[in-house]
Amino acid sequence: MLASAREGSAVTDGTVTEGTADTGSDILLEVRHLVQEFVLRDFGGAKGGVLQAVSDVSFDLHVGETLGIVGETGSGKSTLARSVIQAPPPKQGEVIFQGQELVGLHRNALKAARRNLQMVFQDPFSSLDPRWPVTRIVEEPLIAYGIGTGSERRERVASVLDLVGLDPVRYGARRPRELSGGQCQRVALARALALEPKLILCDEPVSSLDVLVQAQVLNLFEKLRAELGLSYLFIAHDLALVKQVSDRVAVMYLGKLCEVGPVREIYSEPLHPYTLALLTSIPDPDPQVGRRDTANHIKGELPSPLDPPSGCRFRTRCPLAQERCAEETPELRPMSDGHYVACHFPLDGWQTSAIRRVPDQSRIADDIVDNRPASPSFQSQETSL
Amino acid sequence: MDAPATAAVPDGQSAMHLAPAPLLEVSGLQVTFHARDTSIYAVQGISYTVEPGQTLAIIGESGSGKTVSAQAIMGLLPGSASVAGSVRFRGEELVGLSQRDMRGHRGRSFAMVFQYPERSLNPTMRVGSQITEAIRTHEQLGKKEAHDRAVELLKMVRLPAPERRFYEYPHQLSGGMRQRVVIAIALACGPQVLFADEATTALDVTTQAQIMDLLLDLQQQTGTALVMISHDLGLAATYAEDVMVMYAGKIVERAPAKELFAGVRMPYTQALLDAIPRIELEPHVLLPVVGGRPPDLASIPPGCPFAPRCPGVQDDCRQDAPPLKQYEAGRWWACWHPLGKGAQ
Repeated sequence: MLASAREGSAVTDGTVTEGTADTGSDILLEVRHLVQEFVLRDFGGAKGGVLQAVSDVSFDLHVGETLGIVGETGSGKSTLARSVIQAPPPKQGEVIFQGQELVGLHRNALKAARRNLQMVFQDPFSSLDPRWPVTRIVEEPLIAYGIGTGSERRERVASVLDLVGLDPVRYGARRPRELSGGQCQRVALARALALEPKLILCDEPVSSLDVLVQAQVLNLFEKLRAELGLSYLFIAHDLALVKQVSDRVAVMYLGKLCEVGPVREIYSEPLHPYTLALLTSIPDPDPQVGRRDTANHIKGELPSPLDPPSGCRFRTRCPLAQERCAEETPELRPMSDGHYVACHFPLDGWQTSAIRRVPDQSRIADDIVDNRPASPSFQSQETSL
Repeated sequence: MDAPATAAVPDGQSAMHLAPAPLLEVSGLQVTFHARDTSIYAVQGISYTVEPGQTLAIIGESGSGKTVSAQAIMGLLPGSASVAGSVRFRGEELVGLSQRDMRGHRGRSFAMVFQYPERSLNPTMRVGSQITEAIRTHEQLGKKEAHDRAVELLKMVRLPAPERRFYEYPHQLSGGMRQRVVIAIALACGPQVLFADEATTALDVTTQAQIMDLLLDLQQQTGTALVMISHDLGLAATYAEDVMVMYAGKIVERAPAKELFAGVRMPYTQALLDAIPRIELEPHVLLPVVGGRPPDLASIPPGCPFAPRCPGVQDDCRQDAPPLKQYEAGRWWACWHPLGKGAQ
């Protein structure tokens, strides 16, 4: 098993379809109505409140696909990833991985399932044991699963280190403190790859790295995805970075998904006001793009997850909020093929084009003439033109 | 709008326009850290000036010396560091000043906002007391006046419900709110240069935009010069007027932000720009990367520090280090073979 290290067979379709044989479809991970809550305790253990970190989140992840999850701190994106690997298990909902329900799985069965489900964390220094040499760190998952003999494991470790671009002879004996941040993150990735997983959950994997190193590691993620047929659940707060690696993007706000869709549509035609606010907040080195209109910068603070707003959770900061938003919780609904939004008043083309980061504004205006001649927002714009 | 501005700059405004010398003049600044048997040459002779109201961004990777140079200016380095060169504030030499004299400058002449607001604030003290402490260290003010000034400052940094927040502890505030408090403390004595050292790096992109907007608005109100220290070239280009790129303890390029993107000269700056994931790019496009790592600052080889990683390296790059020179109006670079200029 070990001898056929992934590099050889992975590029062929064999590896990719292997996982689908169990499920009968190409859905690798299915999350349904996932709820994760944490009970806060006051003095004496009295119940102090319930923090809904993730509330009613559903999504699918297909084989070989990268789903990016973006959101601010406190949006519940890391909790979501941890709930998927059952650390800790969610309070409600289903997590179906390779056709198998993970919630409520017995310890040994869960361990077996996790073999195909690995995680890479944000801070490479604190996610690696500082006293262990690199080879030991990467070998540990193999030992934990009792895979191969000693020499087979060493061979596997060397080949995985090679795969992530670290020379096993030169770096194998080093300890994490003797490595740079980028090298540590490569070791963390090698450890995740050692078991030949199908899915890797990446929680802000490059946020702590310098921009040049970040580009190197991002390219490595891309290279491995193509070579090994991996799927990623890629969590980050940086929208530009998520666009770089993702096929589809899910935007999260205060424990709920606001918008899910193919990457190109999310970035060129966002439907949710929160997605648009995120997009206009990104600084860009190109002066052509210019300093973003500060009027579109989101105002105020994230509401407390202990007491989320009624109805739409974004309504307290939303420039378009109306009465209905406070009364009725918007459900995630399809707008076009594969593009879902949870908003009563999704943005139309004109609203997004006004601040879209494409220099050629005239072209966009033409598109709108063609597509939405009857749009009231366009008509008002026409008079001003 | 004007009221808090004048409150924050008690006496700086009139002097600002008369000043003959630059507000802040750094020339040949060197910082060396001495360990047991090695010396780390963290900053190797950098020079720049800051004028009132200017927004300057210092960009570089970890270890490029951008933070250390700012700490050297503020006299915040430990005893193991030796600082050489000259730092003049309105003509007054700061290098070699005693801690006691430096204390008179900190807060009033210049102040600093750090990356992690939670580490800058005392977790056991109420937010308000931390601001009044800063005010009363520098000015003879009664408790009531200091309280009023602090609330005014909290209003100025647009903290919601400032009267109530005054009595809260840092843990009761969000990251963005804490950074607003840190900015309020930094502005308490009306500094003329504000250093923002990765002030928004730990914050979300939406909060980052809020804080940067706030800093620029405050700068316009008070006329403070703002020196942003960041690893994010995108942030610098969006918010600063001038951008200075540091690599391995040296300034390698300086240009107005608007011109930099259109015509980068130094290959290192180009590499930084290329490595930024940008919204305009298609998904799954590999980013152009340069291999290697910055040089070890304990033993500096001759030649250009970027030569071992530079895609356009030539023989002379490995022999002599190119000096930073002004080649065009407002545009400085340290490269023998600048991009977009052909071989010279």
